[in-house]
Amino acid sequence: MRRLGLDRTLLSVVAGLLVFGLLILYSAGQTEVPSSAGGAWMRQLVWVGGGIVLAALTFRSSFRVLEWAAPGLYLFALALLVVVLIVGTGAGTAAGTKSWLAIGGVRLGQPVELAKLATILFLARYLSTQRSPPDSLRDMVVPCAIVGLPFLLVMAQPDLGSAIVFIGILFAMLFWVGARPSLLLLLASPLISLLLASQSVWWGAWMVLLFVLLLMWKPYVVEGVVIYLINSAMGVVAIMLWDKLRPHQQARLVSFLNPEAYAANSGYQAIQSKVAIGSGGLFGNGFTQGPQKRLAFLPEQHTDFIFSVVGEELGFVGVLAALLLFFGLFLAIIRIARRASDPFSSLVAFGILGFLFTHVFENVGMTISIMPITGIPLPFFSYGGSFLLTCALALGLLFRVAWDSRLSGYAEI
Amino acid sequence: MSTMQSYRLRDRAAQAIGVLSLAFLILIGAFFRVQALESDRFRSRAEQNRLRPVPLPAPRGQILDRNGLTIAENVPGFAVKLLAGSRDSLRAVLARVSAYVPMDSAAIEGVVQRWAQAPYEPAAVISNATFEAVARLEEHRYSLPGLVIQSEPRRVYPAGKAIGHLIGYVSEVSAAELNRQRFPGAGMGTIVGKDGLELEYDSILRGSNGIRYIEVNARHRMVREEGAAPPIPPIAGEPIHTTLDLSLQLYVDSMWTADVVYNGSLVAVNPLGEILAFYSAPSFDPNEFVGGISQTRWREYQTDPNKPLLNRVLRGRYPPASPYKLATAAMALRRGVVNPDSYMPEPCRGGMQFGSRFFRCWKPEGHGYQNLVGAVATSCDVYFYQLGLRLGVPALLEEGHLLGFGEPTGIDLPHEVSSSLPGSTAWYDRQYGPRGWSNAVALNLAIGQGENDQTLLNMVRFYQGLAGNGTLIAPHLVQPRAGAVPRDLGLTADQLILLRRAMSAVVESGTAAASGGRDIRMAGKTGTAQNPHGEDHGWFIGYAPAEDPKIVVGAFFEFGLHGSTVAPYVARVIRRYLESIDPSLRGVNIRLEVQADSAPAPLTIVPDSGPPVP
Repeated sequence: MRRLGLDRTLLSVVAGLLVFGLLILYSAGQTEVPSSAGGAWMRQLVWVGGGIVLAALTFRSSFRVLEWAAPGLYLFALALLVVVLIVGTGAGTAAGTKSWLAIGGVRLGQPVELAKLATILFLARYLSTQRSPPDSLRDMVVPCAIVGLPFLLVMAQPDLGSAIVFIGILFAMLFWVGARPSLLLLLASPLISLLLASQSVWWGAWMVLLFVLLLMWKPYVVEGVVIYLINSAMGVVAIMLWDKLRPHQQARLVSFLNPEAYAANSGYQAIQSKVAIGSGGLFGNGFTQGPQKRLAFLPEQHTDFIFSVVGEELGFVGVLAALLLFFGLFLAIIRIARRASDPFSSLVAFGILGFLFTHVFENVGMTISIMPITGIPLPFFSYGGSFLLTCALALGLLFRVAWDSRLSGYAEI
Repeated sequence: MSTMQSYRLRDRAAQAIGVLSLAFLILIGAFFRVQALESDRFRSRAEQNRLRPVPLPAPRGQILDRNGLTIAENVPGFAVKLLAGSRDSLRAVLARVSAYVPMDSAAIEGVVQRWAQAPYEPAAVISNATFEAVARLEEHRYSLPGLVIQSEPRRVYPAGKAIGHLIGYVSEVSAAELNRQRFPGAGMGTIVGKDGLELEYDSILRGSNGIRYIEVNARHRMVREEGAAPPIPPIAGEPIHTTLDLSLQLYVDSMWTADVVYNGSLVAVNPLGEILAFYSAPSFDPNEFVGGISQTRWREYQTDPNKPLLNRVLRGRYPPASPYKLATAAMALRRGVVNPDSYMPEPCRGGMQFGSRFFRCWKPEGHGYQNLVGAVATSCDVYFYQLGLRLGVPALLEEGHLLGFGEPTGIDLPHEVSSSLPGSTAWYDRQYGPRGWSNAVALNLAIGQGENDQTLLNMVRFYQGLAGNGTLIAPHLVQPRAGAVPRDLGLTADQLILLRRAMSAVVESGTAAASGGRDIRMAGKTGTAQNPHGEDHGWFIGYAPAEDPKIVVGAFFEFGLHGSTVAPYVARVIRRYLESIDPSLRGVNIRLEVQADSAPAPLTIVPDSGPPVP
């Protein structure tokens, strides 16, 4: 491995996750009810093969070239997102959305996956060329715009889950480039206001807290006023935005707050997933033996809810193992980002961390009802070509960053 | 860029690790709560997901007659049930089922309603499917998700319509009955007795259902039928032994079907109050009702002008007419207003003047001077008018109640109506005003007319008391109902013998002469209930042998014109029974003659038509 120049920690964690993921995907196909999940693990193996090739190619490509190509890639990804809005088709769980790009009925992939990486690259390029980190909200306008464009296009599909990933990427990279946490909180404040809008008391409390925070942190007066106004507006906008949401999104959000009330419909997935995980107990029902999965009570057991299979069949112990592997992955990525030879590659690495972490937290969280059900895949576990190849690309970039830093002598630190 | 220096990155990396750790601790905490702390709850929830309880119906107890013959038994049958996840999917599957087994829309609605009561249990679709239907459904099982077919005991009444009114029938418990807790221990889908003996003794007969568990998948398709979870076996119901003489009952049914053109009823009891035969005509076949009768058949029964579903024994109330004269005689003896040998002052000249009205006797020529025995035998109305006047209205009512004429008999069958007799003169005061009625009421009551409606069963109970030892015992098929205490007629042995003698004089001329040189004497009383709406109704209540009664039979023919129409059939039933308990009487030829007794037209109460009540 050393000869190949691959980061050993990252490689072993990823290998562990891939094997774990493939085993669970195999188990997800072992049901009493015949479904397409049956042979998914074999198809996934083919994707893994393709992913390794793709990762190797990415590993071979220079970061300088990537840096140069970032704006072009970004624009290309935006163009695809626009195209998909016009000619896109739905698929699987998200049949009602326009997320797939298809030619002649053959689905080629989901442009949003590519857009995530392109946005990371372009934002990294922009941030790394700035003289100083964003120090005011005004400095945040361009980064927000870079992420905001694909965010809005994805929201228009509508694909709330992926849109959230863009926000994760934005905050991770702004943090890594050195923006003050207080500033990030102010930036995030409209979102918090939006989420609390439905509960008047909580929203009122938040507005008071925000006022105190603004007094303490003393941003520019205009910015402070703007932030406060936006927060106030969000309380109103939230109601209007709610009406704008498609019924299935509304149902998902409401059922997240109270799944039992919607047990028959949108709350069904949340409840059945929790039942599967809870019935697994500490040690699980045994590999491939989970009755909830076997009897098809567990929805989307090979894609969005694959982590519930871990919970049902391997129990808390299995969940802990999987989460520790992911934690190890993120530690490895942080280490790579910290040791990167230049700001651009460091930001790319940390952006990938933001991207993967959002996926993991959102996906795992929704299986246990601490996050709303948004239907985004779990890296290395969920079946799906587009996403697997995106992860492969991301890993190729990470290995490259690690390799570059080793060449420049950083690796020994 | 200045902020990307490695020492700053190290700080930020530490912060990032802190944030990540917090996030992972939240996740791990959430999983720990669900998987370690609340695991039991979710485990049972998962079991509930995959295991569906299917009731295993308990075999119902047999119902046997007094000789151990079967009245009700079980045969193996097939029940078709459906598991469904939603109303829509249930309807979809039912639509496919109806392609193989015809079902009307009402039946489909019924299934949907049953399903809505207990969505996690299989809803009964066909409770007694034929083998062909089951085979067709099995063949298409793949297109019928949720199909459950199981062998279940099915109730059969071999005697069919001969025992319809007696046995009732069984069917699935209704939602309303469940709400009212009508059947303790019954759950959705339990088969319970709906009428007759099946209802009365349901708690003994029913037993308790078992449960087996089948494993289903999320589409409610059965995955595993056996061994998903240990089953709870059903507990069979207890048999009941009735007092019915099934062969006599069948004889009554065949006699009625072959020879009797009237609607009516017949009850036979022994002097202990044990019911030997119990028949209401026309009857129905209880087997049609088992597991639910079809809508069209039900409508046919409902709209039939002959009212086959009406239990005339328990629910038909008619003026008791002449058979009630024995009651009036008993009252007079109890009160001591008449001496057995004394003659009434006024002879019968075909009627009697009372106040401004002439009360006729049924025999225009008149009966002359009469004593009690003669008056009973000739059914002389004039004698009883005078007896009624001697007793007076208050005594007629009070004594009537003491002799059990204002109450239900307490038979161990559901839905008995109470015989009705005004409780006191206050009733007349309310009805007609305190001065609006006269002692003419006494005349009517004394001959079994007026405000007096009796069920056949209650009249038979009174004659059972006369034929027995002077105690009224609730007629019963198994045992008298709790609370139905024997009622002493309050007659001395001499008085009882007198009344029996009077009664046997009624049919004295028609004494059955046994061919073997043995006589069977029969005692009884005919009656004709005036019917203002059409032909008169006929009564006959008799017992035999007169000197040592073994059987009391009462019968009532609607529009039967006269009691003498009824008497021969009663005699046939009596003979049949006596033959069966004493084979040496086989071939006895019973000839029966009864006088052409006819009750006088009922008199309307005309204000001040007679002397006012003292």
